[in-house]
Amino acid sequence: MTLNEICKPENLVYKKTSLLTDKVMHYCPGCGHGTIHRALMEVVDEMGLQDKTIGVAPVGCSVLAYDYMNVDMQEAAHGRAPALATAIKRLMPEKFVFTYQGDGDLAAIGTAETIHCCNRGEPILMVFVNNAIYGMTGGQMAPTTLEGMKTATSPYGRDVHKVGWPLRITEMIAPLNGVWSVSRHTVHTPAAVQKLKRAIKKGIEDSMAHKGTCFIEVCSSCNSGWKMNPVDANKWMAEHVLEYFVPGDIKVDGQMVR
Amino acid sequence: MAKFQGAIVVDREKCKGCGICASICPTKSIGMSKEVNGKGYHFAILVNEETCVGCASCGHICPDGVITVYRAKVE
Repeated sequence: MTLNEICKPENLVYKKTSLLTDKVMHYCPGCGHGTIHRALMEVVDEMGLQDKTIGVAPVGCSVLAYDYMNVDMQEAAHGRAPALATAIKRLMPEKFVFTYQGDGDLAAIGTAETIHCCNRGEPILMVFVNNAIYGMTGGQMAPTTLEGMKTATSPYGRDVHKVGWPLRITEMIAPLNGVWSVSRHTVHTPAAVQKLKRAIKKGIEDSMAHKGTCFIEVCSSCNSGWKMNPVDANKWMAEHVLEYFVPGDIKVDGQMVR
Repeated sequence: MAKFQGAIVVDREKCKGCGICASICPTKSIGMSKEVNGKGYHFAILVNEETCVGCASCGHICPDGVITVYRAKVE
């Protein structure tokens, strides 16, 4: 069979979802943001929720997420996406509302908003992309930076006695009563992407059913910030980041499982 | 057992040449081109047409969503 014989519409197995715009993403080559955008939009597409979805974009690398996702989006001030999402969900309770935030947004400047939004149990889906560094501003140390990890502002490695330990905010918000489900995923293998999609689907269903806040952390690589090539960055993440930020379910249906 | 043959179509101008698809391809059918696209990236290409089974792993992981996957049954 020649390539032209195979490449016919009836043989199509996989194609980029129409809920992502045709704009070229500004992310660095190999950045996990693109994969996470696509996983999220594929699930929204499969569930037929395009006209019912409202997203809130953060400040950080994914500040232009509204340019790439073909759903209604709003841009929040730095760290304030949960506050904005709360207002949107309360005004339009029948919509599916999600926030898409990085670690500098959700776990640093927006810690208070995150914790109080989860404590109130706002029925939204929070997607937290953790790449252990401030990517957009040039690779400075983030609260989630690992011990001993070299960044622009910790050139000798993170000294935990001076600046504290890497913040596991996902584990921190899990015991709150308002939180319905908490899990941590990655996007460095195709199987992990499928797992993430299943978690997003469940998060959408539960938040639409007003059960509580659904929180999904996604560990992603930042090869530019980590000064590696994309393939090595994924390997490094599997060996080091996932050792500290262990993937898996933390809270399922309101019950702690870890 | 039915045998499948797959094929991928890469949007050459949008590919950023990160090489993640080539690293995870279970049949090692994807490689990076010697030529470059308009932005200077070595884009992904199907280097071994016979071994591709159309599993769509590359499509699912591609950060920029530039890969379209086809699969046909070989009689």
